[in-house]
Amino acid sequence: MTAAAVQCRDLCKRYGDVVAVDGLSLEVLRGECFGLLGPNGAGKTTTIEILEGLLAPDSGDVEVLGLQWRRDERALRQRLGIQLQESQFIDKLTVEETLRVFRSFYHRGKTIDELLSLVELESKRSSWVVKLSGGQKQRLSVACALVGDPDLLFLDEPSTGLDPQSRRQLWGVLQRFRAGGGTILLTTHYMDEAEVLCDRVAIVDQGKIIALDTPKALVAGLGAPKVVVHEGTLEDVFMSLTGRHLRDE
Amino acid sequence: MTSNGARGGAHHPLVELTLARLREFVREPEALFWSFFFPIVMSIAMAIAFPSRGAQPVRVGIAPGASAEALRATLAADTTIEIRDVPPDEELRQLREGDVHIVVRPGNPPTYRFDPDRDESRVARLVVDEVLKRAGGRTEPWQAREDAVRIPGSRYVDWLIPGIVALGIMSNSMWTIGFMTVQMRLRKLLKRLAASPMKKREFLLAQLLARLLFLGPEVAVPFVFAMLAFGMPIRGSVLNIALVAVTGVLAFGSIGLLVGSRVRTIEAVSGLMNLSMVPMWVLSGVFFSSSNFPEAVQPLIRALPLTALVDAMRAVVLEGATLGGIRPEMATLAAWAIVPFSIGLRVFKWR
Repeated sequence: MTAAAVQCRDLCKRYGDVVAVDGLSLEVLRGECFGLLGPNGAGKTTTIEILEGLLAPDSGDVEVLGLQWRRDERALRQRLGIQLQESQFIDKLTVEETLRVFRSFYHRGKTIDELLSLVELESKRSSWVVKLSGGQKQRLSVACALVGDPDLLFLDEPSTGLDPQSRRQLWGVLQRFRAGGGTILLTTHYMDEAEVLCDRVAIVDQGKIIALDTPKALVAGLGAPKVVVHEGTLEDVFMSLTGRHLRDE
Repeated sequence: MTSNGARGGAHHPLVELTLARLREFVREPEALFWSFFFPIVMSIAMAIAFPSRGAQPVRVGIAPGASAEALRATLAADTTIEIRDVPPDEELRQLREGDVHIVVRPGNPPTYRFDPDRDESRVARLVVDEVLKRAGGRTEPWQAREDAVRIPGSRYVDWLIPGIVALGIMSNSMWTIGFMTVQMRLRKLLKRLAASPMKKREFLLAQLLARLLFLGPEVAVPFVFAMLAFGMPIRGSVLNIALVAVTGVLAFGSIGLLVGSRVRTIEAVSGLMNLSMVPMWVLSGVFFSSSNFPEAVQPLIRALPLTALVDAMRAVVLEGATLGGIRPEMATLAAWAIVPFSIGLRVFKWR
């Protein structure tokens, strides 16, 4: 068994004339939190969806937990937790009912009570999904990903659109999952999120990885004098590599 | 921290998915309205619009003229005739609108003005001719004995109700399943489910099962209403009616699934739904007998799922047919349940 939780080589995916992923290779070690950082349209979501087995790459190899999508999909799905960007649950089901539906798909996993306390939604147990705040919805979404006690958690922009307090609550949930030995692969375009959560960060631009290291090393490698008013951030790293801002909205 | 019990207190996925669907449905008041009250409202409207044929009077218009008064007196003696005066410039309009079925111009002999292509007008001509000739002194060679019977279940409304129930099964099954899948695709919930270990077949089956649980009231409400309000006879067994209805739901549910299998917008799915349902509204003999269509298209009409459901429902409810008597219809419905479901499962887009 390899030490890698996720391994992919030379992934390519194009939509018509647009090359979304252009020969991307990466390796996520077991137990680490790995971040794909990049602006909108960099190919982060396409990459993570290929790794999640939701999209087939045009070329390249993917191995997740030492298994392959084509051969071992059924076994693999039991061991993964997946949170998608923008997927909405059924408005008029309660939090508990939603979790029960997802829990029923897994052979092993947590009880509904354990999940509710893990994501701090006990008080919302009987609320309809439509009545939840953005942060609560996002934590429900993470709870649905954690429902089967996964070995590996995929998160696509987990904190986009959340207020600072909700983000910190979400980070707490993810740090508890890591403390239990779980592996995380997440995409984000927030550098502070990557600096707080990730052991290693790959900076993605135009479907390629243009830098890969620990957040600290990336900032140090910037070569910017540390005596200036503020210390360098990943945003500065990105700007110096591409000449563009990370969040280009 | 890990599980107690195989699914951490959750039921089998098929049960959980079906329950989720049912909960969503009962928490949507509009959906309940369409399922239960629409068929009743429809039945009442139909009963008012199409009363029993026998009670229809013959509406005769009388044109002005010298002997108009005598003509009126003669015709008024017959209780099945309703008379109104029609000025000459109004004749065509009133005939066209069906305000009168025939116009009689006084004279010796009188003139009948009517459209021989219209059934009511032909009947009116016979009635008027009979009354006038008898008054004119015609002698009858003999008088037939009349044996009038009133057959329950032979009225238009009796014929209509099973059709309305079948129509309800079609609309509810196709709309709820087709619409729901597109909505879940739009919300990316289908994609999220596909990312879980859920078995896709179980998800699609759960949608059909949830429909079945609502079927009881949907079918029973209009039938019980028709029994109480119109004295409609139910001659077949409840079990057979249920079997026909269940097969109907499976057929239309699986068609709905196929229709919604790849569509990404509500507008597109609405268009496809109408495209597949409207021809059946017309062709399948819900409101008028499909024998009105040419012989050449009859095999096609019989192959439509709504025709099969309407015919089977009528045979069971009105004639008390057993399953053996509706074997061809049930076979047609079963084919519509199996083929679109298998294709739908194959081409279904989860994202």
